Amino acid sequence: MVENRPVLNIVQHGLLILGAALFVFPIYVAFIASTHTAREVGSGIPLLPGGELFTNYAQVLGEGLSSVGAPPIGLMLFNSAIMAIAITAGKIAISLLSAFAIVYFRFPFRVLAFWTIFITLMLPVEVRILPTYEVVAQLGMLNSYAGLSIPLIASATATFLFRQFFMTVPDELTEAARVDGAGPMKFFRDILIPLSRTNLAALSVILFIYGWNQYLWPLLVTTDESYYTVVMGIQRMANAGEEQPLWNLIMATAILAMLPPVMVIIGMQRLFVRGLVETEK
Amino acid sequence: MSDIAIEHVRKVYPGGVEVIPDLSLSIAAGELCVLVGPSGCGKSTLLRMVAGLETVTGGDIRIGGRRVNDLEPVERDISMVFQNYALYPHMTVYDNMAYGLRNRGEPKDRINAAVHEAAKTLGLSDFLDRKPRQLSGGQRQRVAMGRAIVRDPTAFLFDEPLSNLDAKLRVKTRVEIRALQQRLGTTSIYVTHDQLEAMTLADKLVIMNAGQIEQAGPPLEIYEKPATTFVAGFIGSPPMNVLPGTATGEGVMLETGHVLSPDRPAIGPVTIGIRPEHLVPTPSGPLPLKVQVVERLGATANVHGVLKGTGTELVASVTGPDIPKPGDTLPLAPHPGALHFFSPETGQRLG
Repeated sequence: MVENRPVLNIVQHGLLILGAALFVFPIYVAFIASTHTAREVGSGIPLLPGGELFTNYAQVLGEGLSSVGAPPIGLMLFNSAIMAIAITAGKIAISLLSAFAIVYFRFPFRVLAFWTIFITLMLPVEVRILPTYEVVAQLGMLNSYAGLSIPLIASATATFLFRQFFMTVPDELTEAARVDGAGPMKFFRDILIPLSRTNLAALSVILFIYGWNQYLWPLLVTTDESYYTVVMGIQRMANAGEEQPLWNLIMATAILAMLPPVMVIIGMQRLFVRGLVETEK
Repeated sequence: MSDIAIEHVRKVYPGGVEVIPDLSLSIAAGELCVLVGPSGCGKSTLLRMVAGLETVTGGDIRIGGRRVNDLEPVERDISMVFQNYALYPHMTVYDNMAYGLRNRGEPKDRINAAVHEAAKTLGLSDFLDRKPRQLSGGQRQRVAMGRAIVRDPTAFLFDEPLSNLDAKLRVKTRVEIRALQQRLGTTSIYVTHDQLEAMTLADKLVIMNAGQIEQAGPPLEIYEKPATTFVAGFIGSPPMNVLPGTATGEGVMLETGHVLSPDRPAIGPVTIGIRPEHLVPTPSGPLPLKVQVVERLGATANVHGVLKGTGTELVASVTGPDIPKPGDTLPLAPHPGALHFFSPETGQRLG
């Protein structure tokens, strides 16, 4: 839009800045809190940075909060990363394959299979959490990376998205590949997956954050603190029994827990933009 | 080089729609056979059955004497050019052309030589590293051609390969395709709905209607002796004029009472066909045309109107300086011996 209306410009920018400030404020508070001593934070949250930045982060990264039964944050971040990556990779692999089957193969009950998958979209993890827990417990997968990630891998959303994408791939491309002598799996590998690249990037980001932010499920299946993930670790720290929660350290942990998803988004953003600029179809 | 034989082929889609009831066609080795017809006449279905992209309900398809009904497309040793080119968007021009050869497990240096050879033939050597989206429509079309010729197949199948090009490029590419096919001498089937393409490209022209062959033969023969009124109306531009008439003892009488020609096929009602280019303005000619629209094409002008006193529409291709204006009456006479006669009931050619 080519418009030059200074008042409107100021109003627009004002609104945007206000909105952005509103969103950033809690994160700012968390960061400020992580730069003070516990006592300073306890007596009302300060709004200006304090001088304890390095000591706080060093303590969180180094020894952890053993007093409240939380392991060093490095281990929790590692656990979270394992879980998020396993969930992302598993979800993408399974949903790519099932979407491929649903779109490109004629087998009995194909439509039924699709709708069964589709219906599970309507059931969030929390609804089926008790039966899932029972199954995982019976299989002896409590306190393991497998137990943390496998039950969350099945994904109707990703299957559905890939199905929609595959259906936009022109039939001629499939036929050209057949004439060129590419069997189904070769077509899948050489043509469909490269074409899905931008969708893959977008979904990986979303699924990584989904996996990273899992809270209830890790809380249930892990009792061994060496399998704690960072998001639930924060909760453990805050519920520190009779002791006063060490808000400065908790906030430092929260800031650190936020960093990997932010890094993933920034890293993948280039692929997004490239995918949007190069429309390949 | 091998011939293609289509023997009593039948195609019924699931759901019982019969697209092709019973069709036989033989294409000699090295021939370019053009299938032409209106949309839905089954020409693309027939091509796709030869390619192996559609199953054959009944009958046999043989390429080079080998029955291919149950073979996968790749085993039939054909290559196909699609209407929208169907290039792999994420691969370079080189990879697009090499993909089929790689899948066949050809050695790298042979692939390299074949792709460069094909690229040279088609003038694509400078574009081998580009992606399809960086090419113009004509270049993409050539890449699709390159992908077809690089494999050195026994048959080329073209599915309306020029429909997505602009008019000028279409004429140029048409000539290129013809030259390439003649040089390679590869048996080809070419599907189009454009009668001009059909006329200029074909060694053998096949006109299809409702899943059946109306007429097959060399293009000029079809132009000169259309077997049915359908063919007469399909081949030639503007299409042949069709007038009702009656054959009597002295000649063929029109609705207007004029008698056209002494040679007549039989006694009784007939359908008369006259090509627009065979109608010549003649003072006191037997066909007075009430001019409605005049299309000036430069060298000629198409004069549209109705036969005076009737509702029969007529088109004449007129050359020369005297182009009539709408509202004029233009007396026309047919070239001697340029009349076609068809049976009004069956549409079949008489005589």
